[in-house]
Amino acid sequence: MSQQVHTDEHRDDIGSRFGMWLFIFTELLLFAGLFITYSVFRYKNWQAFHLAAEELDVFIGALNTVILLASSATIAMSITALQQKRKKLTLTLMGTTMLVGLVFLVNKYFEWSLKFEHGLYPGSETLVEFGKGEVLFFGLYFFMTGLHALHIIAGLGFISFVFYYVIKNKVTHDNFVLLENAGLYWHLVDIIWVFLFPLFYLIT
Amino acid sequence: MSKNEEKTHIIPYRTFLLVLLVLLTFTFISIGVTSYNLGPFTVLTALLLATLKTILILTYFMHLKFDVKMFGILVAAVLALIAVVIFITFLDYLFR
Amino acid sequence: MSSQEHTRKEPSFYEVKKHKGIFAWILSTDHKRIGLMYLYLIMTFFLIGAVLGLLMKLELIAPGKTIMEAQTYNGFFTLHGIIMIFLIVIPGLPAVFGNFFLPIMIGAKDVAFPRLNLLSWYIYLLGAIIAITSQFSGGGPPDTGWTFYAPYSFKTSTNMLPAVLGAFTLGFSSILTGLNFIVTIHRMRSPGMTWMKMPLFPWALYGTAWIQLLATPVVGITLLMTVGERLFHIGFFDPALGGDPILYQHLFWIYSHPAVYIMILPAMGVISEILPTFAQKTIYGYKAIVISTIAIAFVGYFVWGHHMFTSGMSGTALYVFSILTFLVAIPSGVKVFNWISTIYKGSIDLRTPFYWAVSFIFVFMIGGLTGLVLGSLATNVHVHDTHFVVAHFHFIVFGGVGFAFFAAIHYWFPKIYGRMYDETWANMGWLIFFIGFLTLYLPMFYLGIAGMPRRYFDYLPEFHGGNIISSLGAIVMISGLVIILFNLFRSARIGPPAEKDPWKGRTLEWTVDSPPSLENFKEEPEITKGPYEYQ
Repeated sequence: MSQQVHTDEHRDDIGSRFGMWLFIFTELLLFAGLFITYSVFRYKNWQAFHLAAEELDVFIGALNTVILLASSATIAMSITALQQKRKKLTLTLMGTTMLVGLVFLVNKYFEWSLKFEHGLYPGSETLVEFGKGEVLFFGLYFFMTGLHALHIIAGLGFISFVFYYVIKNKVTHDNFVLLENAGLYWHLVDIIWVFLFPLFYLIT
Repeated sequence: MSKNEEKTHIIPYRTFLLVLLVLLTFTFISIGVTSYNLGPFTVLTALLLATLKTILILTYFMHLKFDVKMFGILVAAVLALIAVVIFITFLDYLFR
Repeated sequence: MSSQEHTRKEPSFYEVKKHKGIFAWILSTDHKRIGLMYLYLIMTFFLIGAVLGLLMKLELIAPGKTIMEAQTYNGFFTLHGIIMIFLIVIPGLPAVFGNFFLPIMIGAKDVAFPRLNLLSWYIYLLGAIIAITSQFSGGGPPDTGWTFYAPYSFKTSTNMLPAVLGAFTLGFSSILTGLNFIVTIHRMRSPGMTWMKMPLFPWALYGTAWIQLLATPVVGITLLMTVGERLFHIGFFDPALGGDPILYQHLFWIYSHPAVYIMILPAMGVISEILPTFAQKTIYGYKAIVISTIAIAFVGYFVWGHHMFTSGMSGTALYVFSILTFLVAIPSGVKVFNWISTIYKGSIDLRTPFYWAVSFIFVFMIGGLTGLVLGSLATNVHVHDTHFVVAHFHFIVFGGVGFAFFAAIHYWFPKIYGRMYDETWANMGWLIFFIGFLTLYLPMFYLGIAGMPRRYFDYLPEFHGGNIISSLGAIVMISGLVIILFNLFRSARIGPPAEKDPWKGRTLEWTVDSPPSLENFKEEPEITKGPYEYQ
């Protein structure tokens, strides 16, 4: 019992999770600046936003929403699996999460490519011809989904890091705050998309 | 000060899958709703559903329901702060 | 050192090295070493910023071109602002004294995340380097002012990207420090140290940390949007593309106003520590100071528009921001009242830290009261973008953070270095600095009301007299600064050894060795009393 106390002495799981939540708050405030911008320009250009949104493919957006939600479920379940000492299941669930993240990025790549082909990108003449509201809509679209995609990449990095630690038994059934934190980050990325989806794809 | 984790609480897979089901349902409802034109309520409904989805993710996936109470309070406080800042910003844009 | 050595139980933290040479410093996760590494970087950048300021004052000593071209002047006030704001006064007190003393004052061995702490320092250094490269490449040094206002920030041909990205990087350092301190204060207080037994400097750091955490990301995204504007013509702030330059100002000041509370709250915390010690009397109104700290941090989020009264905001916004600005002044007034009441009928020890603390109150009051002139809509129109503003913020920021920084370094010097400085030179340095400071900045209030604009390299002949006085004041002030710094440098190396508690303070740092041992405390202290209980 005394040995356990000794190794636990420097460990503070609640503190560690607290730190992660604080970091999540900074991410919320980061995106808040963009949501403020979106609100202001939507208010001033609601018709143009309405029209511009019709250029977006609801199907791909919905697909991305569905798979991202599912990936949140898988990483949440991976914690349960780890607590039950089912290491293989843990890794499978984590792996699924990462795979879905990659699929999300691939979808995004195709979406953006299609836009570029149609001349819709910041600074393009086609866009300027459409009008100011459209310029702002697509500026926000690319900036916000782009920033979001960067966060998906960061999340994938975080999860793969923990994936390695699970394999090496450094994250285990009784020491898994790192996995919890990676999960928290992934859920944050999911929440941001939960709002981006209706605001860009469903305002038609 | 005890820093050691007393966490023996394990959330069953079923809970997560149930939450996922609800999330997916809300997603399809919001897509469905926007195909009808309810005027300003279309967007409002979509945003309301997004908010409900967020609450579910926070409560269950992010474990707030079972965690230290303070975390949930802080999340609410931060979101309230953002809301107030947006509100004050609109005091400019609404009345220009 | 020798007379102190035999009474020590443990070697000082300087003597315990995990690596050799410079790596004992730059690879150390010890909060004390990190605090000192911040101190040395900050002092270096401060001297650069001060030289820039001095050169600006020399240019302004006479109308017309004196020693530099207009474009150079614009680059100078921009860099001066970037250095002083982002490299000195925002990080300053938390990074140096927060890092060194927060753990000790709450009875802890270190901060919650020591490796993250070291990373914050590296990010700070990286941000500084990126920002400084803006001076030496591309289209020339940035000339937008430290506020990077749109649309000029994306139209100017000067080298904006490194400046903007440097500021972005520095923001990360600030955020991570804030995060670290919040968790440290929540989780690592010694047994018995309840929230209401915690000393006021940690309380100040706590309020500050929340602002660092929550406000900084907003300027982060604003800077990224500026990069997007410059590189990709994204349109958010460009009227030609439908954007709104005033939106830039909103987003920028949503951070930059709370940022001034990041600057001043720790400064107020330092004063709240020093006055009880040198009055040998408990702080008057501990609870009131705690509540006012939280109130300032909270209300401070909602007043940003007072930087934008002449920008074109709606009337409603003007009224709301003005009222809230007056409200946020109240808790600061409460603190001043409590400080004076602490000194009143105390057993005063007239030493260097006390002189800095009392002169802080004087200059802070001037800065604060002139803030009300600026916060009042009608008078604001007259003085906005004049030298009145320049005087106001130098009084409240330089007078506030600067004086508190000097107060702190003189207060905690014996603890940090285990040596005492020469008090005669320290007091002389203070007096010369103080006189120079007042001579430099007081005339600017008059010049501003008379109509002299800010950020102009030239001015009308009628402003010449005031400018001569002001620029001479700069020279006097810098002389005082030289004396102060020379005294501190010299004493750190060869000053007489200091004891554990040279000022008869009551907070935990005075119970540990001077300098502290590596883990600060041999055993975790048990707290039974409040922080300022004198006899």
